[in-house]
Amino acid sequence: MEFFFQQLINGFSLGSIYALIAIGYTLVYGVLRLINFAHGDIMMVGVFLGFILINQLGMGFGSGIFLTLLLTGVVGILTYYSAYRPLLEKGAPKISLLITAIGISFFLESLFNVVANLFFGSSYQAFSTPPFFSKMVSVAGVTFTRLSLIVPILTLLILGGILYLLYRTRLGIGIRALAFDIQTVKLMGIDTNRLIMGVFFIGSLLAGLGGVIYATAYPSIDPYMGMLVGLKAFAAAVVGGIGSVTGAVIGGFILGFVEIVIPGFFIEWGGYKDAFAFVLLIFVLLFKPTGIMGIDFERKRF
Amino acid sequence: MAKEINRQMGEVEKNRKKWDVLDFKTYLGLIGVITLLFILFLWLSQNSFGGYSLTVLSNLYIFIILAVSYNLINGVAGQFSLEPNGFVAIGAYVTALLILTPETKEAMFAIKDPLPLIRDIHIGSPILVLLISGIISALVALTLAFPVFRVRGDYLAIVTLGFGFIIRILLINHPEVSNGSMGVDTIPKFADYFFIGIVTLLSVLLVYNIVYSKFGRAMKGVRDDEDALYALGVNTFKLKTIAFTTSAFFEGVGGGLMASFIGSISPDQFTFMLTFQLLIIIVLGGLGSISGSIIGTIVVLGGMELLRFLDDPGWSYGPFHGTPGLRMVIYSLILLLIMLFFRRGILGNREIWEYIHR
Repeated sequence: MEFFFQQLINGFSLGSIYALIAIGYTLVYGVLRLINFAHGDIMMVGVFLGFILINQLGMGFGSGIFLTLLLTGVVGILTYYSAYRPLLEKGAPKISLLITAIGISFFLESLFNVVANLFFGSSYQAFSTPPFFSKMVSVAGVTFTRLSLIVPILTLLILGGILYLLYRTRLGIGIRALAFDIQTVKLMGIDTNRLIMGVFFIGSLLAGLGGVIYATAYPSIDPYMGMLVGLKAFAAAVVGGIGSVTGAVIGGFILGFVEIVIPGFFIEWGGYKDAFAFVLLIFVLLFKPTGIMGIDFERKRF
Repeated sequence: MAKEINRQMGEVEKNRKKWDVLDFKTYLGLIGVITLLFILFLWLSQNSFGGYSLTVLSNLYIFIILAVSYNLINGVAGQFSLEPNGFVAIGAYVTALLILTPETKEAMFAIKDPLPLIRDIHIGSPILVLLISGIISALVALTLAFPVFRVRGDYLAIVTLGFGFIIRILLINHPEVSNGSMGVDTIPKFADYFFIGIVTLLSVLLVYNIVYSKFGRAMKGVRDDEDALYALGVNTFKLKTIAFTTSAFFEGVGGGLMASFIGSISPDQFTFMLTFQLLIIIVLGGLGSISGSIIGTIVVLGGMELLRFLDDPGWSYGPFHGTPGLRMVIYSLILLLIMLFFRRGILGNREIWEYIHR
């Protein structure tokens, strides 16, 4: 029984990572109807920036993370500004945007591959975390690290924060309006670019946070780590209902849960861990395409 | 009023492109000429080119098959998909496992003994094996396409991307089927230069016939405005599925050729890199253009070789010097620049003879 609770906590921890990244996917899809393939690689960029700032330049952990998150958000804005925005303004067909997204994804991966080779040598580097987080805590006979307790709670707080942003602030109204009907927003004379940049900033910042948490759990960082995690996070977003922030978090938790608990009880399925996201995705597409939150874009938003 | 309508219809008839609806004699002539010329070229080059050139050309032909079929789903039907590495892997493995004799397989499988079915199944005829590879790829594509196209084409890319990952996981985790990460080698090289050339010719002709048929026109309609086509009562789901499945078929065949051409295969050969390469090829050549894909293949494969110096630390130009991996950075940068400034590619979505004819 303790074993189950242990797996539960671990599952929620992993799930939080997927949830944070999935929020970014779902926000961008809601606003631009674009699946931002590069989002997973934004997470990788966050990890690398954190590594460079904290391990290489010796910044303190707290301020290092803070700066990392800001910079990751800026990188997100840059991808929008340099690639998506010119294409959107030219009225390019959807497929051009998707190809560009893949292009950015691959570009980031190869760029940081070169960076890693040049500056760190070709061996995998380890992301160091302050021991505060790794301290074991024991509750009712179940032991886990402090981090695995903090992370899910943090994610739920962030979810609350995003929902507050979306439903109680002007920026949020703008974002929801964009998701509803982007043409009319432009006709109202609102600068959609700033709103979209805001969306990218928030999404990328959260992806960076997810990445940093991931790096503390799986300390070996490599330039291609973003793609697989991004893929799974997107599957999580679809499971929860793409376009819904709550759905993204729920989907993330479900995926994390499934990935940890099933191999925990059926050890021989351990090698297929990565396939669960895919199976869930197909399942959802077959039986409930609008996801758990049932977001249907022609009617509801977020 | 009637006079005006007649006049306008006359203009439409005049502007109708000759190549959209060819009369049968011109069409046959065109196909015949191209086929004969190419076969002549194959025969001549086989006898006069050196071994290395033939290898390079064979590789080129295989990539032409892959590019032309990938263009079918991406460029003609307009559904963004990332499937090649998965289906090429399936084709390659099916071919390899079918064509090897049971004794070879028994000896080669090092990690785990092969499943009796895998070990005993053996088909000697290369043509049959290639066909079966294509059909199996197509069947897998059918099962993938069904959940995706029923809903929203948006998800196709993610599903195919995930599928590519899954195939590798399955191949590595099931050594009793695939010999795991060690791969399958000593594959008989039934695919010599001439054979590959003929298969390429057939594949290109087949895809050309699909694109310039009523199916192809309908697929282009799906690309251009699916909602309008749907409103006209056309079954867009069927069209998308046909495009995707056909793509997978040819990619399976190409994968089988690749297995025989290289002689050994392993899961690491079929990574996302392959898909990305094909993507650059069809984008550069022009989405939706068959001759564009062919030209794109030549340009990109040639360019990859030419750009190899970027990976060499010995090269330098001013403040820049080569580093391993720099080639990929420049590669993806080229794709991004094409998408931003040169989106139509070299030939747009028309064929090369349409430009000459004007």
